[in-house]
Amino acid sequence: MVTTTFTPIASLFGGALIGLSAVLLMWATGRIAGVSGIAARLFPPYEDGEFAGRLVFVAGLIAAPVLVRLVTGSLPAQTIAAGTPVLIVAGLLTGFGAVWGSGCTSGHGVCGLSRLSVRSLVATITFMATGVATVFVIRHWS
Amino acid sequence: MTILVQFAIGLLFGLGLIVSGMSNPAKVLNFLDLGGIPAGTWDASLAFVMAGAVAVTFVGFRHVLKLAHPFFAERFHVPTRSDIDPKIIVGPAIFGIGWGLAGFCPGPALTSLGFGSTSAVIFVAAMCAGMVLARFIAQLPSTTRVAAPVHPLES
Repeated sequence: MVTTTFTPIASLFGGALIGLSAVLLMWATGRIAGVSGIAARLFPPYEDGEFAGRLVFVAGLIAAPVLVRLVTGSLPAQTIAAGTPVLIVAGLLTGFGAVWGSGCTSGHGVCGLSRLSVRSLVATITFMATGVATVFVIRHWS
Repeated sequence: MTILVQFAIGLLFGLGLIVSGMSNPAKVLNFLDLGGIPAGTWDASLAFVMAGAVAVTFVGFRHVLKLAHPFFAERFHVPTRSDIDPKIIVGPAIFGIGWGLAGFCPGPALTSLGFGSTSAVIFVAAMCAGMVLARFIAQLPSTTRVAAPVHPLES
């Protein structure tokens, strides 16, 4: 495993930017900034006419590192330890579970908790618990 | 105009993910690794990301939701359900396993596409397949299942 540095200030500030984005999306469109809900609705069946808005939101997510690299000349470190088979299984589980549970870290963890939603609290506690358990089994159960 | 604003809001979200360190799966996995506390490898940063995001969103939503309607739309779409059904536990349980396997959740995975990472492309492709599959299953006629949600994505 790769050790990482504890970054409380940068993480708090970055988190505040994520929160500001969620507030602005609610202000502008009246929608929850749940990335899994936004991404899932880029695929059929289409229930409303807001495809373009969702597409550009995702385009903005992808453009962020491009902008950072243009402005600062580099990107922060990124280490993806998982190999292709694990990435495929993890991606399937993440996508399926996020839609099945009506949200992910952003929709439940940020927006839902901020609205004091009981369902989002249950969801957040559950995915934190299985996330911790999964890492524990992989790293310490040998 | 709406399109430009939504692009900028997505961009801001992505910048938040990068600044906070959440675009790095190693950092996420080291947060989830409570077993690393004795060895000193636990990285508590994600808790600070959540704290910063929830604090701003909690205050911001209170002000925004007092408005008559959103700036570019006719009404707010805020989830109203409060029942605890099996799906609100089973879905996140499955999601958490995937999250713990690779260290990616949907936002950081999509942002990582802009890093030019092949691993992110593989993860995102699989993630989209999982999303489409879940929506397909949720829309099947519920002859064998007791409770089919009207809107599977509404929380």
